[in-house]
Amino acid sequence: MATKLKPVDIAIVGLGWAGGIVAKELASTGLKIVAFERGAPRATNPDFMAPQVHDELRYSRRHELIQNLRKETLTFRNDPSQRALPMRQLGSFLPGEGVGGAGTHWSGLHWRWTEWEHKMYSGTVAKYGKSIVPADMNLQDWPIDYHELEPYYDKFEKVCGTSGKAGNLQGKKIDGGNIFEAPRANEFPNPPLTQSHNMVLFEQAARNLGYHPFPVPASNASRPYVNPDGVALGQCHYCGFCTAYGCEANAKASPHFTVIPLAHKNPNFEARTNSYVMKVNLDSRRKRAVSVTYLDAGGREFEQPADLVILAAYVFGNVHLMLHSKIGKPFDFQRNSGVVGRSYAYQSMGGVAALFSKDTYFNPFMGSGALGTWIDDFNSDNPDFAKLGFIGGGGISSGSNSGAPIGRRPTPPGSPRWGKGWKKAVVETYHRMTAVGNQGSVMSYRQNYLDLDPTYTDSFGRPMLRLTFDWQENEFRQMEFARGICANIAKEMGAEQVLSRRDRGRYSIVPYQTTHNTGGTVFGDDPRTSALNKHLQSWDVSNVFVVGSSVFPQNAGRNPTGPIGALAYRLADTLKDRYLKRPERLVSA
Amino acid sequence: MTDENNAEPKTVNRRAWLKLIGAGAATGVLPAGAAAANDSMGAMHHPAPKAASPADEPVPVYEFLNGDEAAFVEAAIDTFIPPDEVGPGALELGVAVFIDRQLNSGYGRGDRMYLQGPFIEGTPEQGYQLRMTPSELFRNGILDVNAHVRDKYKRTFDALSEEDRIAVLTQLEKREIQLPTVPTEIFFNLLYDLTMQGYFADPLHGGNKGKASWKMIGFPGIGVMYADKIEAYRNKKYMSEPMSIQDLL
Repeated sequence: MATKLKPVDIAIVGLGWAGGIVAKELASTGLKIVAFERGAPRATNPDFMAPQVHDELRYSRRHELIQNLRKETLTFRNDPSQRALPMRQLGSFLPGEGVGGAGTHWSGLHWRWTEWEHKMYSGTVAKYGKSIVPADMNLQDWPIDYHELEPYYDKFEKVCGTSGKAGNLQGKKIDGGNIFEAPRANEFPNPPLTQSHNMVLFEQAARNLGYHPFPVPASNASRPYVNPDGVALGQCHYCGFCTAYGCEANAKASPHFTVIPLAHKNPNFEARTNSYVMKVNLDSRRKRAVSVTYLDAGGREFEQPADLVILAAYVFGNVHLMLHSKIGKPFDFQRNSGVVGRSYAYQSMGGVAALFSKDTYFNPFMGSGALGTWIDDFNSDNPDFAKLGFIGGGGISSGSNSGAPIGRRPTPPGSPRWGKGWKKAVVETYHRMTAVGNQGSVMSYRQNYLDLDPTYTDSFGRPMLRLTFDWQENEFRQMEFARGICANIAKEMGAEQVLSRRDRGRYSIVPYQTTHNTGGTVFGDDPRTSALNKHLQSWDVSNVFVVGSSVFPQNAGRNPTGPIGALAYRLADTLKDRYLKRPERLVSA
Repeated sequence: MTDENNAEPKTVNRRAWLKLIGAGAATGVLPAGAAAANDSMGAMHHPAPKAASPADEPVPVYEFLNGDEAAFVEAAIDTFIPPDEVGPGALELGVAVFIDRQLNSGYGRGDRMYLQGPFIEGTPEQGYQLRMTPSELFRNGILDVNAHVRDKYKRTFDALSEEDRIAVLTQLEKREIQLPTVPTEIFFNLLYDLTMQGYFADPLHGGNKGKASWKMIGFPGIGVMYADKIEAYRNKKYMSEPMSIQDLL
């Protein structure tokens, strides 16, 4: 039925940051590379031109740049005793679609994870002993450490023109930067963005309380910049239309105008857009991928033979393709065995709102996606896990990102939701409310996982991916602890009222929380607890590699894009320096 | 400001006009069943001459809503956001037109929703599990609410006093009314969200006429670049005439 195409050397599934970086880095090989992108082609002109791109309804509410659930979605339940049901509308997270992927509509928070965040198990056990780890927690190290990734973190920051201030330059701690960061070889390529009023208050309050505030590393360029690849980034306008939108100024780094056009310099590179990869086909011994099957925009089925397959889709796409293609042993919750779909994790978004006096003007509409001031004093392994009763931490911050009023029209608690009283409250509150947020780490657990749904199929007839996830006690404790810190900072900032809510409800897929999903194709040193080896190569099918946050064993209290980009650069080096010279298993099991 | 000053008389005329041509029939002249039956014959409400509209702005022509539905929407949104000294009401800002267009759009038709079965009732955490698109849900919700209101007040929602309209919406919000076809909470939230979206969205989409809601809260619109202002305006009020997408094209 499928039309069989002429073989290529490499098939890449997904053309966001991960796939775009690999495609660009492999361009110099001249190999025949086809990248498949389920969404449309996108370019700053015409897709992200002002003023039309500043349309809150279209982008932030109707999700123009986000996955089309009519074609594929997943099912969800809180625990294995429930029946999972389809996510019929977007809510909790917003996976990207189209060339550039989520890289077009991200905020731009561009972190290096700390040393501990790459070695959570051994780092925790060394300090607190094995007994601190709950029995159901899959606490696991990355198979590589920060120092192996440092050159790639550095490279990715330079490509993105990241704006920030070093806090640990080659081991030297620098006040005003993040003194808790791992040592970096170089300063950020651009200076920090300009602070808004609430950030100035936050910084002063945090200092008063003895904390160490610093500017969030932002891939929103603070000045015009040309990256090492010769790609120009414009200066950020602080226009307040960043998260959920494309950037008309090319100030927010995105793969669609950085790495992907450079991949096209390889005359043998081709991006096939509006093309859904259905499956990776294996040989009869199931040891080798021979091709991918995909549908084009017209629904015609093609088989594209390839010597090497790189899965670089969003978390759910990578895990779904692995499971549906039967690559690696699927995770079995009952037996607690198998690896594909194991160790799914998320992130918690909490904190407090802070209402200031009547003459306060925060001007929330002046901002950019990653504009924020942050403290890591309670993030990474800086909290005392034994004393506080949880493993992990959270980044605490205040930022200025958007004042667009469909999404941002705060009123104090107790105000009516509508009517004359509501209108009065919204007018009185708009300028004087800000927030101190906590972005909390989430550990992986036996009972939080991905597998194939027994009932529901997507529009292509494939079994849907099934997500089983709920908050666990460890995470509730982190959230509650951080909420207290946030409240103290807000008071110190001078808030008249600090508004917070204790919430120990179950995880809900309905309200938007964060698009920081992780896990399911974890990389590691032990094939019993990882789907991929340290080179991101499938333990079972050696010509399949996977890259993206699906490889993270658990999630940290900061955004995932930095390590995703660094891992993609490292993977490209692995392929160029080793695998393509001698295609074989790079680690013996 | 011209828009805002003109808006109120227009609202009154719009209502009077609707009554004149038949939407008002549901206020009690016809038996309740007849009003409900009119639902499928909405076209009868529309071919009236535009002459009834005052001067500068045409009477809205709805693409999706029939007369009964339009009357319900106009009354509901103006109860959610009534005109007062603080700012304009939703009706005068065109929010009914916004809702009509949204319901008739890909969004209203559920074109990016997963709508395959089996349809099974889930937990609140699992989210929306009905087979209805937003448009279908909206339409059924209006029928449900009007049936309830007719039963209790012997008239349709739009013909209720302001006090009674507030009472009905409050009961819906608190789920004190159980609608027979559509879950009360889901219908209420859809109506509420669409109202807020129409009130605050760019005027491109039919609501927020004259950018009046932006002016009301002090949102300077979508066309300002703040790189040279963010520091200068720390804790200072930033004033400018808001710009919308159409202003900048």
